[in-house]
Amino acid sequence: MEALSSLGEGFAVALTFQNLFLALLGCFLGTVMGALPGLGPSNGVAILIPLAFTLGLGPVEAMILLTSVYYGAMYGGRISSILLNIPGDEPAMMTCLDGYPMAQKGRAGEALALSGIASFVGAFLATWGLVFLAPQLVKVALLFGPAEYFALFVLAFATLGGIASRNQAKAAFAAMLGLGIAMVGVDGQTGVPRFSFGEVHLYDGIDFLVAIVGLFALSEVFVFLEHRGTAANEGQEAKVQMGRIVPSARLITSTTPTMLRTSLLGFIAGVLPGAGASLGSFLAYSMEKKMVDREGTFGTGDPRGVAAPEAGNNAAAGGALVPMLALGVPGSGTTAVLLAMLLALNITPGPLLFTQNPDVVWGLIAALFIGNIMLLLMNIPMVGMFVRVLLVPPRLLMPVVAMVSFVGIYGISGSSFDLVVMVIFGVLGWALRKLDVPLVPVILGVLLGNLMEANLRRAMTISDGDWTTLVASPLSIGLWAIAIAGFVLPIFVGKALKMRMRRMHEEHTGTAD
Amino acid sequence: MSDRIFGGLGILLAAFFIWGAFQVELSFITDPVGPRTFPIIIGTLIGVASLVVILRPDPEPDWPALPRLLEIGAAVVVMLAYAMLLPELGFVIATAIASAFLTWRLGTAPFWSLVSGVATSLGIYVVFHLILGLSLAKGPLGF
Repeated sequence: MEALSSLGEGFAVALTFQNLFLALLGCFLGTVMGALPGLGPSNGVAILIPLAFTLGLGPVEAMILLTSVYYGAMYGGRISSILLNIPGDEPAMMTCLDGYPMAQKGRAGEALALSGIASFVGAFLATWGLVFLAPQLVKVALLFGPAEYFALFVLAFATLGGIASRNQAKAAFAAMLGLGIAMVGVDGQTGVPRFSFGEVHLYDGIDFLVAIVGLFALSEVFVFLEHRGTAANEGQEAKVQMGRIVPSARLITSTTPTMLRTSLLGFIAGVLPGAGASLGSFLAYSMEKKMVDREGTFGTGDPRGVAAPEAGNNAAAGGALVPMLALGVPGSGTTAVLLAMLLALNITPGPLLFTQNPDVVWGLIAALFIGNIMLLLMNIPMVGMFVRVLLVPPRLLMPVVAMVSFVGIYGISGSSFDLVVMVIFGVLGWALRKLDVPLVPVILGVLLGNLMEANLRRAMTISDGDWTTLVASPLSIGLWAIAIAGFVLPIFVGKALKMRMRRMHEEHTGTAD
Repeated sequence: MSDRIFGGLGILLAAFFIWGAFQVELSFITDPVGPRTFPIIIGTLIGVASLVVILRPDPEPDWPALPRLLEIGAAVVVMLAYAMLLPELGFVIATAIASAFLTWRLGTAPFWSLVSGVATSLGIYVVFHLILGLSLAKGPLGF
């Protein structure tokens, strides 16, 4: 039980006064960001990165703050789903299906509390999964040479469009665009400038933090500008009865099997590349509906229908940390943003992280346990306070988001040039969103481009220019095979799944309004 | 139609990128792959992906009407101006103006936008500069 003793040391790292405070702050900010429409986990974490960076937080502290925000946002997303029938973020979409009907019946308080407990169960079990699965994955990853790493990066990009992607060509375009952006600047191996066209500012390359904040946070501001004057820009008051806010023991015991099953399913969905929390909650809900919905009560305010997607998406959020920490390859948007934070602090996640910086890994995991308990305590009695957050209208909020983004980026470099680049990325992000081009592969490309190229060139140097080295070991052949399958299969399976996800949501909103 | 234009732009981008890759000067230190190969692979794949988008376009997205596009354009101009003028005007003034503009354009009454802009600016200044000690742009007035 090596993992447990490492975890014990992690608690020693996490249980300092400063780290506990950061976890508490992160959980609070995360819940607020998750609850606010327009600020999801990925852009919430994105605007905080430059700030964590400029405030000079160490790697452990920064990661504790940001992952607490990440977990918190997963909790917060459910609040507006249940009270307003508007998902606070994408993974919380499925929570609307039974959460809002339950609230309409005057059981909003119970639905909130139950979903809080389900979130806790999902995240708690997933963190245990992380403790035991990540070190195993590290053992495999230690066998990787440059050729295998290159294949692994290909796999990450190929599957990132994922089962939920609608157009693989656009996902591929996005990944290549990101990789292309990463190429700008001085080539690390030979020292020649590339794509900088004599512009001195471009010699250092484009800072991925600038790209991330622009693509995620600023583009959101443009989306709100586009929809100005619609209801989405006003704060909304819940029109439902809160009822009791402590669920009965019977309600909890009757939903426990659901929570356990969906936590497992969500965790697996999270670990797999390209699936992520949205799919985790969708699979969890559909599976429970198939398994236990004998009276056809799902969709009419069945508590199990509230517990299932919440346990599922929080477990998936924990699961998504496994490949990010163990392999250095994130499987979702938010974990990509967390990876950016680590890279900005000069820490490369992957198997070496576990041997070289065990304090970061285990301190972080311990902080997740602590944060989870804080979130549970915060979300049950204090839920009334988070409900008030929904009253903040985005028309006042979005400018603050924009300005905080500017402050963060300016704080890093003090350069107007970076701000201009960020605005350009904001516009690009808005246009790509309109065209249904996913942004996560762009980010991942910008982040991993240089590492990917370095591994390719290292492999080729070892083999002295023989390209077959890329498929020379069984391990790399396996990775290539999964990559190809992961890219091709969604073209056939993905359409059907995405359509079902949509239909389910539309049918529901159609009947509830 | 949008996707066709997008694909066309993608192919132009791919061509530009591959051209740019060939402009990279080779240095005397080199490895079997060199600095050009990987960008050329990327450029080619951008081209292929764009071609597929042209051949199999998605349904047309809902583009906003022209006034709304101009609105977004105006916000971009204000943000760019903010980026340029930040060191000249100083953080508090520049941020108050930019934030007030965005708040106004997002549908708040002009007077309250101004209040909100000033409050945002001062709030960020107090929290991030005075409390957390982050260095913000100093204008001629020292803030």
